[in-house]
Amino acid sequence: MAIMFRQETFRDDFTYRNSPANIHRFPFPFDRDEYAYSVNIEPHVPGRKGTIYESLIDVDEHYVAEMADRALVLKEDPLRYQALPHMMQAQWDVLELLMEQQAAGYPEHFSLTRNGDRWRWINRPLGIDDTFTFGARETLPYEPLEYIGRQTQGDLCIVDQRDNNLWMDAGLVTTQADWSLDFDVGMNFMEWHGPVPLAHGMGIFDRALKFLLNLQLGQPVRRFNWTMTVNPRLDTSPENYHKWGRDRTTVTPVNVGRKVHLRVELQTLWRLPRSNAMLFVIRCYLMSMEELVTVPKWARRFHRVLKTLPQELVDYKGMTRYRDTTVEWLSRHDDGAPTSPGIWPD
Amino acid sequence: MLVEGITSRPVHGGIQVDLFARRHFFALEGEGALALLAQAPALDEAFFDRCEVLYAAADAAGRGYDEALARLKPDLFRQTPTVETLLFRLRGCLSRATMGTRLYVAGGEGFIGRCMNVAAGFGMDAGTVLTEHRGSAARRVQCVHCKGITEDVSESPFACSHCGLNLLVRDHYSKRLGAFQGVCIDAEEPVSASRTPEEVFQ
Ligand code: HEM
Repeated sequence: MAIMFRQETFRDDFTYRNSPANIHRFPFPFDRDEYAYSVNIEPHVPGRKGTIYESLIDVDEHYVAEMADRALVLKEDPLRYQALPHMMQAQWDVLELLMEQQAAGYPEHFSLTRNGDRWRWINRPLGIDDTFTFGARETLPYEPLEYIGRQTQGDLCIVDQRDNNLWMDAGLVTTQADWSLDFDVGMNFMEWHGPVPLAHGMGIFDRALKFLLNLQLGQPVRRFNWTMTVNPRLDTSPENYHKWGRDRTTVTPVNVGRKVHLRVELQTLWRLPRSNAMLFVIRCYLMSMEELVTVPKWARRFHRVLKTLPQELVDYKGMTRYRDTTVEWLSRHDDGAPTSPGIWPD
Repeated sequence: MLVEGITSRPVHGGIQVDLFARRHFFALEGEGALALLAQAPALDEAFFDRCEVLYAAADAAGRGYDEALARLKPDLFRQTPTVETLLFRLRGCLSRATMGTRLYVAGGEGFIGRCMNVAAGFGMDAGTVLTEHRGSAARRVQCVHCKGITEDVSESPFACSHCGLNLLVRDHYSKRLGAFQGVCIDAEEPVSASRTPEEVFQ
């Protein structure tokens, strides 16, 4: 079924909203009433129809508007795309993967036809019909990662594997939770995770890295991460923090339902065939508190998660100024009833 | 936002010379001369025949480190008037470096960062450069907003020398840039609020 793409904005007048059907498929990340860091990695296999797992690269009603926002960010700050020279082969791997997955999941919107090295890619929602030579940079308007990244929801990092470590050697990052690709390019797994509190001491990054180094081709994995954002802003980059930081001071008991958003990242990791590098997709989903409480189970559970969240995580996630107001507002939607296991609505 | 205790913060392990290297480049600043001078008694003529030493005296001018280094008789000794000119020479050295060349850097935190940044430009892996911190702890800081680098930052917060924003200096460190990260400190505060800078990186 064709997706009805919404016309909306993620800045200025913030007209972003979720349709009722989209709220229902929202990846609510909490399977219990409290939250702690863990090595929460599971196989990324296709799931039930009508969920975000139906296709391995999920496309939803926000696709067109998100791509427009990404184009604006890249125009103002081209450094949001970076790739070290040795990553060119991995870039082509990524282009292939994302074209294949999107065409397989949404044949009415995307198609890929291959004739040897001559490929034809049609992206109907964005009005693109390009023929190019796979492996020949000059036959595309951008480098392959930037080209396909401008047509894929979610931030993309390509990490190279060497010396028993992973290296962030390329990326297209415009919807990040306050970290800078420009600063982190060239870092290894432990270095770019340096600013995360608690998890290093818990051994989480040692175990996660060990697991990832053995990631197999054709067996992608996934995990959730989450934070909160005031206003449905995609570009919460440190680069622009001096412009959006003030949003955090604008939350009041009256506007919290509309202003405060749960921001969930569905992160997927894919081994790449030619380069042996790895693609890390950070797909961001936003839902306002008003939208969230339309699902009673989520309202109860998120209230409890937020109320008991360790202060270190509250601070790291930048929620210090508005957490209490949000908990207070959510408490009105939590009658204390038990919640069912799992993440899905009842 | 975590400010301290960030694991990307560089650890300078010292410039213990690698006797298996075929050629040795030393980039030294100020008190950094002592890092090589301290090891010199244990090193022989054959070692210094394979050495190139670049030295900027900076704050340590007049302490005689330049003469002491020259007395080691390295294959090449060049004292430069400033760090800037040292980096220019360093680029020259690295552009003709061959396999088996080791780079050693000793001096202030900011100097090490600038040398690492030059080395990265020649495709040298940060892990292969030996570093030793001697002298000033003042930092080289990249403003995450305007991307401008400010040298010799000894206070936090400080005003970015490019865009003027008040920046908090985090321990987050990029070896590629050879710089710490500076982030606007008052974005969430009314314009009137101001914080007194404290000298923290001496
Ligand atoms: C190779 C793939 C990965 C990349 C590129 C990546 C990248 C990042 C980045 C850039 C940050 C932000 C750090 C900052 O504050 O500056 C982050 C945070 C984090 N990462 Fe990863 N990561 C990867 C895989 C993983 C895995 C497998 C785990 C599993 C345990 C993990 C756990 C975390 C956690 C817990 C945080 C803190 C997030 C929060 O509390 O909001 N990461 N990651």
